[in-house]
Amino acid sequence: MRNTSKRHLLPGFGISMGFTMVYLSLIVLIPISVLFLKASTLSLSDFWQTVSDERVIASFKVTFSSSLIAALVNTVFGTLIAWVLVRYHFWGKRVVDALVDLPFALPTAVAGIALTAIYAPNGWIGQFFEPLGIKIAFSQLGITIALIFIGLPFVVRSVQPVLQDFDAQYEEAASTLGANSFQIFMKIILPAITPALLTGFALAFARALGEYGSVVFISGNMPMKTEIVPLLIITKLEQFDYAGAAAIATVMLLISFLLLFLINFWQWKQAKKHRAVKGV
Amino acid sequence: MSAKKYEERNEKSREGRRSHLLRKWMLIGVALTFLGLFIFLPLIVVFSEATSKGFELYLLALTEPDALSAIKLTLITAAIAVPLNTVFGVLAAWAIAKFEFKGKNILITLIDIPFAVSPVIAGLVFVLLFGSQGLLGPFLEANNIKVIFGIPGIVLATVFITFPFVVRELIPIMQEQGTDEEEAALTLGANGWQMFFRVTLPNIKWGLLYGMILCNARAMGEFGAVSVVSGHIRGLTNTLPLHVEILYNEYNFTAAFAVASLLALLALVTLVIKSFVEWRSEKLRSE
Repeated sequence: MRNTSKRHLLPGFGISMGFTMVYLSLIVLIPISVLFLKASTLSLSDFWQTVSDERVIASFKVTFSSSLIAALVNTVFGTLIAWVLVRYHFWGKRVVDALVDLPFALPTAVAGIALTAIYAPNGWIGQFFEPLGIKIAFSQLGITIALIFIGLPFVVRSVQPVLQDFDAQYEEAASTLGANSFQIFMKIILPAITPALLTGFALAFARALGEYGSVVFISGNMPMKTEIVPLLIITKLEQFDYAGAAAIATVMLLISFLLLFLINFWQWKQAKKHRAVKGV
Repeated sequence: MSAKKYEERNEKSREGRRSHLLRKWMLIGVALTFLGLFIFLPLIVVFSEATSKGFELYLLALTEPDALSAIKLTLITAAIAVPLNTVFGVLAAWAIAKFEFKGKNILITLIDIPFAVSPVIAGLVFVLLFGSQGLLGPFLEANNIKVIFGIPGIVLATVFITFPFVVRELIPIMQEQGTDEEEAALTLGANGWQMFFRVTLPNIKWGLLYGMILCNARAMGEFGAVSVVSGHIRGLTNTLPLHVEILYNEYNFTAAFAVASLLALLALVTLVIKSFVEWRSEKLRSE
């Protein structure tokens, strides 16, 4: 409330807000609305026909199932990594901690060719699986691996600060009352980090749905089998089927917006709860 | 709870120590194996493949004309996108963090859109807007302006993709600092610019640097969005990541990894600066 009464003291609201709105509109809002405009040139039945095409449905299935599995794997191992980084001392921890962010900093195309070099049938690791009849690169497994790479930091960086702030008293109390480590984790720690876990999961999942660069090299791009939605959009564009590309993109975009809205709503609710607890 | 306290508590009894140590090294082992397979190994592969045919070939791949022009275009793109989004980031964060207004949460969500949109869709919207069949296509063609399959398109797509980086770093920092210091400066007779350069900027400088570094890394490394709008003309509209793709698709793996190693180096430098900034601001906070 204090800010409201004083807000006229600070200068620059008009100009900063004005610039923000103009720049936001020019760079983001207008271009995005052109997409909806283009999609709306299709009749409803044409739109439906484009989106429900066999090949499109197959690519949605591949994209969603790979993204879901990758986000789940990241939720489990991301939490474990966050735990290890917060609770234990070991040699080289600072470097490991910094490198967790590598997927944020490494260009996706670089990640893509590196992962392919590792998991291709003649690759560093792929060669050991090839005799067993397991194909990692150029299959859905490869797509999932690329999406695990891309999404991992989201979960670690969501959970890590919550674990850092977690009050040890609860754990000590539970331990005094005879709870074992597993019970302490399930009943005390897990509930405390669940909101952060969900945020991390949703961020990793959302990122995976739209990911292109790291996946195209390792996926093999076989229609109906290992073709992801973003690649299909590019294929449509290359065939000059702009309306078709816009239709598929619209579906993807609506799903992304829904996720973004959920994530922001969730974070806003958490922040509100946090403030209420702290009495601010 | 700090790592030190946690370990001390667990090591009080001998029995506790043994099971604690076992658990500790098991968990560390699993974490490092996972990170090793998915994060560290790709990094090692890039440098090892890049230099596998000797250092001479490595240097050759980086100094041939197409590579040099890709480096140049990547630098130009970042040199436009980063300052633009920095100016926007500071102004937007100022409005959002220091003032109360209706619809603030909606504005923040709108700013986040480029993070949620697939890079391919980001490229697509600019093709729909400026491409030859696009909304403004006929107008641009009549005036002989080339946006798509040209440098302007690459820059635009990059600006879009890196749009939220700086502002998202600055909002929480500015919110935490409140408005007291700025108000004090104004009361003591500073004008708006003096207030900004002497009070606000010093307070946000580490966060600003952090945001700019992340913005820069993404601007130089963006692949999907740029790939859609670029047209892949060698020596003309190829950025470094696109050059990597072309070399790779031509089975010129060593050269592809050589160029990729430049980008990996950029990523490592980014992480080093990022850690340094984090360490600095942590130190400032504990002081």
